[in-house]
Amino acid sequence: MIEEPFVAGNSFIHRIDPRFRVVGAAVFSFPVALCHEFPSLFAALFFSLAAVLFSRLPLKTVFKRLILVNAFILLFWIILPLTYAGDKTIFIGPVPLSAEGILLAAKLTIKSNAILLALISFIATMTFATFGHSLSRLKMNKKLVFLLMITYRYIFVIFQEYQKILRSIKIRGFQPRTSMHTYKTFAYVIGMLLIKAADRADRVFDAMRCRGFKGKYYSLTDFDADAKSWVFISLVCGLTFGILLLEIFIHG
Amino acid sequence: MVNNSSIIKLKGIHFAYTDAAPILNNLYFTFFKGDKVGIIAPNGSGKTTLFHLIMGLIKPQAGDIELFGAIMKTEKDFAKVRHRIGLLFQDADDQLFCPTVLEDVAFGPLNMGKSRKEAIDISRRTLSFLGLSDFENRITFKLSGGEKKLVSLATILSMEPEALLLDEPLAGLDVKTRAVITRALTEMNISYIIISHNINFLETTTRKILTMRDGQLITDDQVHVHLHGHAHAHGDVPHNH
Repeated sequence: MIEEPFVAGNSFIHRIDPRFRVVGAAVFSFPVALCHEFPSLFAALFFSLAAVLFSRLPLKTVFKRLILVNAFILLFWIILPLTYAGDKTIFIGPVPLSAEGILLAAKLTIKSNAILLALISFIATMTFATFGHSLSRLKMNKKLVFLLMITYRYIFVIFQEYQKILRSIKIRGFQPRTSMHTYKTFAYVIGMLLIKAADRADRVFDAMRCRGFKGKYYSLTDFDADAKSWVFISLVCGLTFGILLLEIFIHG
Repeated sequence: MVNNSSIIKLKGIHFAYTDAAPILNNLYFTFFKGDKVGIIAPNGSGKTTLFHLIMGLIKPQAGDIELFGAIMKTEKDFAKVRHRIGLLFQDADDQLFCPTVLEDVAFGPLNMGKSRKEAIDISRRTLSFLGLSDFENRITFKLSGGEKKLVSLATILSMEPEALLLDEPLAGLDVKTRAVITRALTEMNISYIIISHNINFLETTTRKILTMRDGQLITDDQVHVHLHGHAHAHGDVPHNH
Protein backbone atom coordinates (compact mmCIF):
# COMPACT_ATOMS: atom_id res chain seq x y z
CA MET A 1 0.00 0.00 0.00
CA ILE A 2 2.82 2.41 0.84
CA GLU A 3 5.05 2.39 -2.18
CA GLU A 4 8.54 3.77 -2.13
CA PRO A 5 9.23 4.37 -5.82
CA PHE A 6 12.16 6.74 -5.29
CA VAL A 7 14.22 4.61 -2.93
CA ALA A 8 15.96 2.56 -5.59
CA GLY A 9 18.69 4.62 -7.14
CA ASN A 10 22.32 5.41 -6.78
CA SER A 11 22.56 9.12 -7.45
CA PHE A 12 24.67 11.63 -5.56
CA ILE A 13 21.70 12.38 -3.30
CA HIS A 14 20.97 8.69 -2.61
CA ARG A 15 24.48 8.23 -1.32
CA ILE A 16 24.33 11.09 1.20
CA ASP A 17 24.06 10.09 4.86
CA PRO A 18 20.26 10.01 5.54
CA ARG A 19 20.62 12.15 8.66
CA PHE A 20 22.15 14.93 6.57
CA ARG A 21 19.32 14.66 4.08
CA VAL A 22 16.71 14.99 6.82
CA VAL A 23 18.48 18.03 8.24
CA GLY A 24 18.92 19.45 4.74
CA ALA A 25 15.19 19.11 4.02
CA ALA A 26 14.36 20.92 7.27
CA VAL A 27 16.94 23.66 6.68
CA PHE A 28 15.49 24.30 3.24
CA SER A 29 11.75 23.92 3.97
CA PHE A 30 11.25 26.25 6.91
CA PRO A 31 12.82 29.42 5.46
CA VAL A 32 11.14 28.82 2.09
CA ALA A 33 7.79 28.45 3.84
CA LEU A 34 8.31 31.94 5.24
CA CYS A 35 9.35 33.61 1.96
CA HIS A 36 6.94 36.06 0.28
CA GLU A 37 8.70 37.54 -2.72
CA PHE A 38 8.41 35.98 -6.16
CA PRO A 39 12.14 36.07 -7.04
CA SER A 40 13.16 34.18 -3.87
CA LEU A 41 10.28 31.73 -4.32
CA PHE A 42 11.30 31.06 -7.91
CA ALA A 43 14.90 30.61 -6.78
CA ALA A 44 13.70 28.02 -4.26
CA LEU A 45 11.64 26.23 -6.91
CA PHE A 46 14.61 26.24 -9.26
CA PHE A 47 16.82 24.84 -6.50
CA SER A 48 14.48 21.95 -5.64
CA LEU A 49 13.90 21.16 -9.31
CA ALA A 50 17.66 20.86 -9.69
CA ALA A 51 17.75 18.60 -6.63
CA VAL A 52 15.14 16.29 -8.17
CA LEU A 53 17.13 16.15 -11.41
CA PHE A 54 20.25 15.41 -9.39
CA SER A 55 18.49 12.46 -7.68
CA ARG A 56 17.76 11.07 -11.15
CA LEU A 57 14.21 10.10 -10.19
CA PRO A 58 11.60 8.82 -12.64
CA LEU A 59 10.12 12.21 -13.57
CA LYS A 60 6.75 10.78 -14.51
CA THR A 61 6.25 9.40 -11.00
CA VAL A 62 7.42 12.68 -9.48
CA PHE A 63 4.90 14.51 -11.64
CA LYS A 64 2.10 12.20 -10.50
CA ARG A 65 2.88 12.97 -6.87
CA LEU A 66 2.83 16.69 -7.62
CA ILE A 67 -0.62 16.43 -9.19
CA LEU A 68 -1.95 15.00 -5.93
CA VAL A 69 -0.76 17.96 -3.88
CA ASN A 70 -1.68 20.52 -6.49
CA ALA A 71 -5.23 19.21 -6.57
CA PHE A 72 -5.41 20.28 -2.97
CA ILE A 73 -3.80 23.65 -3.76
CA LEU A 74 -6.44 24.18 -6.45
CA LEU A 75 -8.84 24.81 -3.57
CA PHE A 76 -6.81 27.90 -2.65
CA TRP A 77 -7.12 29.15 -6.23
CA ILE A 78 -10.89 28.99 -5.84
CA ILE A 79 -11.21 30.28 -2.29
CA LEU A 80 -8.52 32.98 -2.03
CA PRO A 81 -9.49 35.18 -5.04
CA LEU A 82 -13.10 35.13 -3.88
CA THR A 83 -12.52 35.83 -0.21
CA TYR A 84 -9.22 37.70 0.15
CA ALA A 85 -9.68 41.33 1.13
CA GLY A 86 -7.74 43.78 -1.06
CA ASP A 87 -7.91 47.05 -2.96
CA LYS A 88 -7.53 45.81 -6.50
CA THR A 89 -10.46 43.90 -7.83
CA ILE A 90 -10.81 42.20 -11.16
CA PHE A 91 -14.24 41.39 -12.47
CA ILE A 92 -14.96 38.27 -14.43
CA GLY A 93 -18.51 38.86 -15.49
CA PRO A 94 -20.33 39.78 -12.29
CA VAL A 95 -17.83 37.92 -10.04
CA PRO A 96 -15.32 40.16 -8.20
CA LEU A 97 -11.88 38.60 -7.79
CA SER A 98 -9.21 39.97 -5.49
CA ALA A 99 -5.89 40.52 -7.28
CA GLU A 100 -4.00 40.03 -4.02
CA GLY A 101 -5.84 36.76 -3.54
CA ILE A 102 -4.67 35.54 -6.93
CA LEU A 103 -1.08 36.54 -6.21
CA LEU A 104 -1.20 34.84 -2.82
CA ALA A 105 -2.52 31.64 -4.39
CA ALA A 106 0.32 31.77 -6.91
CA LYS A 107 2.89 32.22 -4.13
CA LEU A 108 1.40 29.32 -2.18
CA THR A 109 1.60 27.14 -5.26
CA ILE A 110 5.27 27.88 -5.93
CA LYS A 111 6.15 27.54 -2.26
CA SER A 112 4.42 24.16 -1.78
CA ASN A 113 5.86 22.72 -4.96
CA ALA A 114 9.36 23.88 -4.09
CA ILE A 115 9.18 22.30 -0.63
CA LEU A 116 7.53 19.15 -1.92
CA LEU A 117 10.15 18.65 -4.62
CA ALA A 118 12.92 19.11 -2.06
CA LEU A 119 11.26 16.53 0.22
CA ILE A 120 10.92 14.09 -2.68
CA SER A 121 14.56 14.53 -3.57
CA PHE A 122 15.99 14.38 -0.02
CA ILE A 123 13.54 12.27 2.02
CA ALA A 124 11.58 10.08 -0.39
CA THR A 125 14.89 8.69 -1.63
CA MET A 126 15.31 6.75 1.64
CA THR A 127 13.12 3.94 2.96
CA PHE A 128 10.64 4.77 5.66
CA ALA A 129 12.63 2.62 8.06
CA THR A 130 15.79 4.60 7.36
CA PHE A 131 13.87 7.84 7.80
CA GLY A 132 12.70 6.68 11.23
CA HIS A 133 16.20 5.71 12.22
CA SER A 134 17.59 9.04 11.04
CA LEU A 135 15.05 10.82 13.20
CA SER A 136 15.99 8.74 16.21
CA ARG A 137 19.68 9.35 15.57
CA LEU A 138 18.95 13.06 15.35
CA LYS A 139 17.60 12.74 18.90
CA MET A 140 14.01 13.45 17.97
CA ASN A 141 11.44 12.57 20.62
CA LYS A 142 11.65 8.77 21.04
CA LYS A 143 7.94 8.28 21.57
CA LEU A 144 7.03 10.18 18.42
CA VAL A 145 9.56 8.26 16.32
CA PHE A 146 8.28 5.01 17.77
CA LEU A 147 4.70 6.01 17.02
CA LEU A 148 5.67 6.83 13.46
CA MET A 149 7.39 3.47 12.91
CA ILE A 150 4.54 1.47 14.46
CA THR A 151 2.03 3.39 12.34
CA TYR A 152 4.01 2.57 9.23
CA ARG A 153 4.11 -1.10 10.24
CA TYR A 154 0.45 -1.53 11.10
CA ILE A 155 -1.35 0.79 8.73
CA PHE A 156 -1.02 -2.03 6.21
CA VAL A 157 -2.47 -4.62 8.57
CA ILE A 158 -5.38 -2.34 9.48
CA PHE A 159 -6.00 -1.66 5.80
CA GLN A 160 -6.11 -5.42 5.16
CA GLU A 161 -8.57 -5.84 7.98
CA TYR A 162 -10.68 -3.08 6.47
CA GLN A 163 -10.66 -4.85 3.11
CA LYS A 164 -11.59 -8.12 4.79
CA ILE A 165 -14.65 -6.51 6.37
CA LEU A 166 -15.59 -4.88 3.06
CA ARG A 167 -15.35 -8.21 1.26
CA SER A 168 -17.44 -9.93 3.88
CA ILE A 169 -20.26 -7.41 3.54
CA LYS A 170 -20.02 -7.49 -0.25
CA ILE A 171 -20.33 -11.25 -0.54
CA ARG A 172 -23.52 -11.01 1.43
CA GLY A 173 -24.98 -8.65 -1.12
CA PHE A 174 -24.46 -5.30 0.58
CA GLN A 175 -24.99 -2.31 -1.68
CA PRO A 176 -24.59 1.19 -0.33
CA ARG A 177 -27.78 3.24 -0.65
CA THR A 178 -29.14 6.29 1.06
CA SER A 179 -30.79 4.34 3.81
CA MET A 180 -30.56 3.74 7.52
CA HIS A 181 -29.33 0.23 6.78
CA THR A 182 -26.36 1.60 4.82
CA TYR A 183 -25.41 4.14 7.51
CA LYS A 184 -25.72 1.51 10.18
CA THR A 185 -23.53 -0.90 8.22
CA PHE A 186 -20.82 1.71 7.70
CA ALA A 187 -20.97 2.57 11.38
CA TYR A 188 -20.48 -1.12 12.17
CA VAL A 189 -17.54 -1.33 9.75
CA ILE A 190 -15.80 1.64 11.36
CA GLY A 191 -16.61 0.42 14.85
CA MET A 192 -15.32 -3.06 14.08
CA LEU A 193 -12.16 -1.61 12.59
CA LEU A 194 -11.52 0.45 15.74
CA ILE A 195 -12.09 -2.56 17.98
CA LYS A 196 -9.83 -4.73 15.85
CA ALA A 197 -7.12 -2.08 15.84
CA ALA A 198 -7.29 -1.72 19.63
CA ASP A 199 -7.22 -5.49 20.02
CA ARG A 200 -4.26 -5.72 17.70
CA ALA A 201 -2.44 -3.04 19.69
CA ASP A 202 -2.97 -5.07 22.87
CA ARG A 203 -1.61 -8.24 21.30
CA VAL A 204 1.39 -6.48 19.76
CA PHE A 205 2.21 -4.95 23.11
CA ASP A 206 1.92 -8.39 24.75
CA ALA A 207 4.27 -9.85 22.16
CA MET A 208 6.72 -7.04 22.78
CA ARG A 209 6.57 -7.58 26.53
CA CYS A 210 7.30 -11.27 25.94
CA ARG A 211 10.48 -10.22 24.22
CA GLY A 212 11.54 -8.00 27.09
CA PHE A 213 10.39 -4.61 25.77
CA LYS A 214 11.34 -1.88 28.24
CA GLY A 215 10.23 1.15 26.28
CA LYS A 216 13.38 1.41 24.25
CA TYR A 217 13.56 0.96 20.52
CA TYR A 218 16.84 0.00 18.93
CA SER A 219 18.15 0.86 15.53
CA LEU A 220 20.73 -1.29 13.82
CA THR A 221 21.51 1.03 10.93
CA ASP A 222 24.94 2.56 10.82
CA PHE A 223 25.20 6.04 9.40
CA ASP A 224 28.30 7.38 7.77
CA ALA A 225 28.92 11.11 7.79
CA ASP A 226 31.45 11.19 4.96
CA ALA A 227 32.94 14.12 3.05
CA LYS A 228 30.19 14.25 0.42
CA SER A 229 27.53 14.48 3.12
CA TRP A 230 29.26 17.56 4.51
CA VAL A 231 29.53 19.02 1.01
CA PHE A 232 25.83 18.36 0.53
CA ILE A 233 24.71 20.01 3.76
CA SER A 234 27.00 23.01 3.12
CA LEU A 235 25.48 23.42 -0.33
CA VAL A 236 21.92 23.25 1.01
CA CYS A 237 22.68 25.71 3.82
CA GLY A 238 24.51 28.07 1.45
CA LEU A 239 21.76 28.11 -1.17
CA THR A 240 19.03 28.48 1.43
CA PHE A 241 20.94 31.39 2.92
CA GLY A 242 21.16 32.90 -0.57
CA ILE A 243 17.39 32.60 -1.00
CA LEU A 244 16.88 34.26 2.38
CA LEU A 245 19.23 37.13 1.47
CA LEU A 246 17.32 37.64 -1.77
CA GLU A 247 14.06 37.75 0.17
CA ILE A 248 15.39 40.27 2.69
CA PHE A 249 16.98 42.39 -0.06
CA ILE A 250 13.72 42.66 -2.04
CA HIS A 251 11.50 43.02 0.98
CA GLY A 252 13.66 45.88 2.17
CA MET B 1 12.56 -35.69 38.65
CA VAL B 2 13.88 -33.23 41.20
CA ASN B 3 11.84 -30.20 41.96
CA ASN B 4 14.33 -27.55 40.84
CA SER B 5 14.29 -28.73 37.23
CA SER B 6 10.69 -27.70 36.79
CA ILE B 7 10.29 -24.77 34.43
CA ILE B 8 6.58 -24.19 34.86
CA LYS B 9 4.45 -25.19 37.80
CA LEU B 10 0.79 -24.26 37.90
CA LYS B 11 -1.14 -24.88 41.11
CA GLY B 12 -4.90 -24.57 41.37
CA ILE B 13 -5.22 -22.02 38.59
CA HIS B 14 -8.62 -20.47 38.21
CA PHE B 15 -9.38 -18.07 35.40
CA ALA B 16 -12.54 -16.57 33.95
CA TYR B 17 -13.04 -13.74 31.49
CA THR B 18 -15.49 -11.19 32.84
CA ASP B 19 -19.12 -12.29 32.73
CA ALA B 20 -18.28 -15.75 31.45
CA ALA B 21 -18.05 -19.21 32.87
CA PRO B 22 -14.57 -20.08 34.19
CA ILE B 23 -12.34 -21.25 31.38
CA LEU B 24 -9.66 -22.71 33.64
CA ASN B 25 -10.81 -24.35 36.82
CA ASN B 26 -8.46 -25.64 39.51
CA LEU B 27 -5.80 -26.46 36.92
CA TYR B 28 -2.60 -28.23 37.98
CA PHE B 29 0.31 -28.69 35.63
CA THR B 30 4.06 -29.15 35.93
CA PHE B 31 6.44 -28.80 33.04
CA PHE B 32 9.99 -30.05 33.45
CA LYS B 33 13.19 -29.22 31.62
CA GLY B 34 13.46 -31.52 28.63
CA ASP B 35 9.71 -32.09 28.35
CA LYS B 36 8.13 -31.99 24.91
CA VAL B 37 4.41 -31.71 25.41
CA GLY B 38 1.55 -31.37 22.96
CA ILE B 39 -1.89 -30.02 23.80
CA ILE B 40 -4.78 -30.95 21.55
CA ALA B 41 -8.19 -29.74 22.61
CA PRO B 42 -11.32 -28.14 21.16
CA ASN B 43 -11.46 -24.44 20.35
CA GLY B 44 -12.32 -22.26 23.30
CA SER B 45 -11.12 -24.77 25.88
CA GLY B 46 -8.53 -22.34 27.23
CA LYS B 47 -5.28 -23.36 25.57
CA THR B 48 -4.20 -19.90 24.49
CA THR B 49 -5.38 -18.49 27.82
CA LEU B 50 -3.12 -21.00 29.53
CA PHE B 51 -0.09 -19.75 27.55
CA HIS B 52 -0.90 -16.13 28.29
CA LEU B 53 -1.22 -16.93 31.99
CA ILE B 54 2.17 -18.62 32.00
CA MET B 55 3.74 -15.54 30.40
CA GLY B 56 2.01 -13.24 32.89
CA LEU B 57 0.11 -11.39 30.18
CA ILE B 58 -3.09 -12.04 32.09
CA LYS B 59 -3.51 -12.79 35.79
CA PRO B 60 -5.40 -15.75 37.26
CA GLN B 61 -8.19 -15.10 39.76
CA ALA B 62 -6.76 -17.80 41.97
CA GLY B 63 -3.79 -20.15 42.05
CA ASP B 64 -0.02 -19.95 41.89
CA ILE B 65 2.25 -19.70 38.87
CA GLU B 66 5.80 -20.82 39.51
CA LEU B 67 8.47 -20.25 36.85
CA PHE B 68 11.99 -21.60 37.28
CA GLY B 69 11.27 -22.35 40.93
CA ALA B 70 10.05 -18.88 41.86
CA ILE B 71 6.45 -17.87 42.54
CA MET B 72 5.32 -15.15 40.12
CA LYS B 73 3.15 -12.47 41.66
CA THR B 74 3.76 -9.12 40.01
CA GLU B 75 4.55 -7.88 36.51
CA LYS B 76 8.09 -7.30 37.78
CA ASP B 77 8.52 -11.00 38.64
CA PHE B 78 7.36 -11.99 35.17
CA ALA B 79 9.46 -9.35 33.40
CA LYS B 80 12.56 -10.87 34.98
CA VAL B 81 12.06 -14.39 33.60
CA ARG B 82 9.94 -13.77 30.52
CA HIS B 83 12.85 -13.91 28.09
CA ARG B 84 13.66 -17.44 29.29
CA ILE B 85 10.37 -18.68 27.79
CA GLY B 86 9.56 -17.91 24.16
CA LEU B 87 5.90 -17.57 23.24
CA LEU B 88 5.04 -17.87 19.56
CA PHE B 89 1.75 -16.07 18.93
CA GLN B 90 -0.95 -17.48 16.67
CA ASP B 91 -0.89 -14.42 14.44
CA ALA B 92 2.57 -13.51 13.16
CA ASP B 93 1.42 -9.94 12.51
CA ASP B 94 1.16 -9.51 16.26
CA GLN B 95 4.73 -10.57 16.72
CA LEU B 96 6.55 -8.68 14.01
CA PHE B 97 6.50 -4.94 14.48
CA CYS B 98 9.88 -3.67 13.29
CA PRO B 99 10.27 -2.43 9.73
CA THR B 100 12.97 -4.90 8.78
CA VAL B 101 13.46 -8.58 9.57
CA LEU B 102 16.90 -8.23 11.14
CA GLU B 103 15.72 -5.51 13.51
CA ASP B 104 12.80 -7.62 14.60
CA VAL B 105 14.94 -10.67 15.29
CA ALA B 106 17.51 -8.54 17.14
CA PHE B 107 14.86 -6.79 19.25
CA GLY B 108 14.76 -9.51 21.95
CA PRO B 109 18.54 -9.88 22.36
CA LEU B 110 18.93 -6.08 22.50
CA ASN B 111 16.29 -5.87 25.22
CA MET B 112 18.25 -8.49 27.14
CA GLY B 113 21.21 -6.13 27.17
CA LYS B 114 23.29 -7.67 24.39
CA SER B 115 25.52 -5.35 22.40
CA ARG B 116 24.51 -4.45 18.86
CA LYS B 117 27.18 -6.70 17.41
CA GLU B 118 26.19 -9.68 19.58
CA ALA B 119 22.52 -9.11 18.76
CA ILE B 120 23.21 -8.97 15.03
CA ASP B 121 25.42 -12.06 15.17
CA ILE B 122 22.88 -14.17 17.00
CA SER B 123 20.07 -12.89 14.77
CA ARG B 124 21.99 -13.88 11.65
CA ARG B 125 22.70 -17.33 13.09
CA THR B 126 19.04 -17.81 13.96
CA LEU B 127 17.87 -16.67 10.53
CA SER B 128 20.28 -19.03 8.80
CA PHE B 129 19.17 -21.92 11.05
CA LEU B 130 15.65 -21.40 9.73
CA GLY B 131 16.84 -21.00 6.15
CA LEU B 132 16.14 -17.26 6.12
CA SER B 133 19.64 -15.96 5.46
CA ASP B 134 18.59 -13.64 2.65
CA PHE B 135 15.76 -12.09 4.63
CA GLU B 136 17.72 -9.62 6.79
CA ASN B 137 16.65 -6.46 5.02
CA ARG B 138 13.21 -7.55 3.90
CA ILE B 139 10.32 -5.42 5.12
CA THR B 140 8.32 -7.44 7.66
CA PHE B 141 4.84 -6.54 6.47
CA LYS B 142 5.66 -7.43 2.91
CA LEU B 143 6.52 -11.06 3.75
CA SER B 144 4.19 -13.94 2.88
CA GLY B 145 2.24 -15.71 5.62
CA GLY B 146 4.71 -18.59 5.85
CA GLU B 147 7.73 -16.28 5.85
CA LYS B 148 6.14 -14.18 8.59
CA LYS B 149 5.66 -17.27 10.72
CA LEU B 150 9.27 -18.38 10.30
CA VAL B 151 10.57 -14.90 11.09
CA SER B 152 8.32 -14.82 14.19
CA LEU B 153 9.90 -18.08 15.29
CA ALA B 154 13.33 -16.53 14.68
CA THR B 155 12.46 -13.55 16.89
CA ILE B 156 11.72 -16.00 19.70
CA LEU B 157 14.70 -18.31 19.16
CA SER B 158 17.16 -15.39 19.03
CA MET B 159 16.51 -14.83 22.75
CA GLU B 160 17.85 -18.36 23.33
CA PRO B 161 14.96 -19.31 25.61
CA GLU B 162 14.96 -22.46 27.71
CA ALA B 163 11.41 -23.33 26.78
CA LEU B 164 9.04 -22.56 23.93
CA LEU B 165 5.29 -22.12 24.01
CA LEU B 166 4.01 -22.57 20.48
CA ASP B 167 0.41 -21.57 19.84
CA GLU B 168 -0.74 -23.41 16.71
CA PRO B 169 2.59 -22.99 14.92
CA LEU B 170 1.41 -24.74 11.75
CA ALA B 171 -1.97 -23.07 11.29
CA GLY B 172 -2.44 -21.85 7.76
CA LEU B 173 1.02 -22.81 6.55
CA ASP B 174 2.02 -24.66 3.39
CA VAL B 175 3.81 -28.02 3.37
CA LYS B 176 7.27 -26.50 2.91
CA THR B 177 7.02 -24.11 5.84
CA ARG B 178 5.52 -26.86 8.01
CA ALA B 179 8.53 -29.03 7.22
CA VAL B 180 10.96 -26.26 8.22
CA ILE B 181 9.22 -25.79 11.57
CA THR B 182 9.03 -29.52 12.25
CA ARG B 183 12.71 -29.93 11.40
CA ALA B 184 13.73 -26.97 13.59
CA LEU B 185 11.81 -28.39 16.56
CA THR B 186 13.23 -31.88 16.26
CA GLU B 187 16.78 -30.61 15.78
CA MET B 188 16.82 -28.25 18.73
CA ASN B 189 17.58 -29.41 22.21
CA ILE B 190 14.88 -27.38 23.91
CA SER B 191 11.78 -27.98 26.01
CA TYR B 192 8.46 -26.94 24.57
CA ILE B 193 4.69 -27.07 24.75
CA ILE B 194 2.81 -27.05 21.46
CA ILE B 195 -0.85 -26.27 20.97
CA SER B 196 -2.04 -27.82 17.73
CA HIS B 197 -4.96 -29.51 16.08
CA ASN B 198 -2.60 -31.53 13.92
CA ILE B 199 -2.05 -34.88 15.62
CA ASN B 200 0.52 -36.09 13.10
CA PHE B 201 2.65 -33.05 13.87
CA LEU B 202 2.34 -33.59 17.62
CA GLU B 203 3.23 -37.27 17.26
CA THR B 204 6.52 -36.39 15.51
CA THR B 205 7.50 -33.47 17.71
CA THR B 206 6.26 -34.30 21.22
CA ARG B 207 6.58 -37.16 23.68
CA LYS B 208 3.39 -36.57 25.62
CA ILE B 209 0.03 -35.33 24.39
CA LEU B 210 -2.47 -33.78 26.76
CA THR B 211 -5.96 -32.52 26.34
CA MET B 212 -8.21 -30.14 28.23
CA ARG B 213 -11.53 -30.90 29.79
CA ASP B 214 -13.64 -28.83 32.20
CA GLY B 215 -10.91 -26.22 32.53
CA GLN B 216 -8.22 -28.72 33.45
CA LEU B 217 -5.28 -30.30 31.68
CA ILE B 218 -5.81 -34.02 31.62
CA THR B 219 -2.57 -35.83 32.19
CA ASP B 220 -3.67 -39.23 33.43
CA ASP B 221 -4.03 -42.41 31.50
CA GLN B 222 -7.76 -42.29 30.94
CA VAL B 223 -6.97 -40.32 27.85
CA HIS B 224 -4.68 -42.09 25.52
CA VAL B 225 -4.09 -40.22 22.34
CA HIS B 226 -3.20 -42.27 19.32
CA LEU B 227 -3.52 -42.01 15.60
CA HIS B 228 -6.23 -44.06 14.00
CA GLY B 229 -7.56 -43.95 10.54
CA HIS B 230 -11.30 -43.51 10.57
CA ALA B 231 -13.41 -40.40 10.41
CA HIS B 232 -16.13 -39.32 12.75
CA ALA B 233 -17.57 -36.09 14.07
CA HIS B 234 -14.91 -35.48 16.71
CA GLY B 235 -11.92 -37.07 15.08
CA ASP B 236 -9.73 -34.11 16.04
CA VAL B 237 -10.44 -34.46 19.73
CA PRO B 238 -8.77 -37.13 21.87
CA HIS B 239 -11.30 -39.76 22.78
CA ASN B 240 -11.74 -43.29 24.09
CA HIS B 241 -13.05 -46.26 22.21
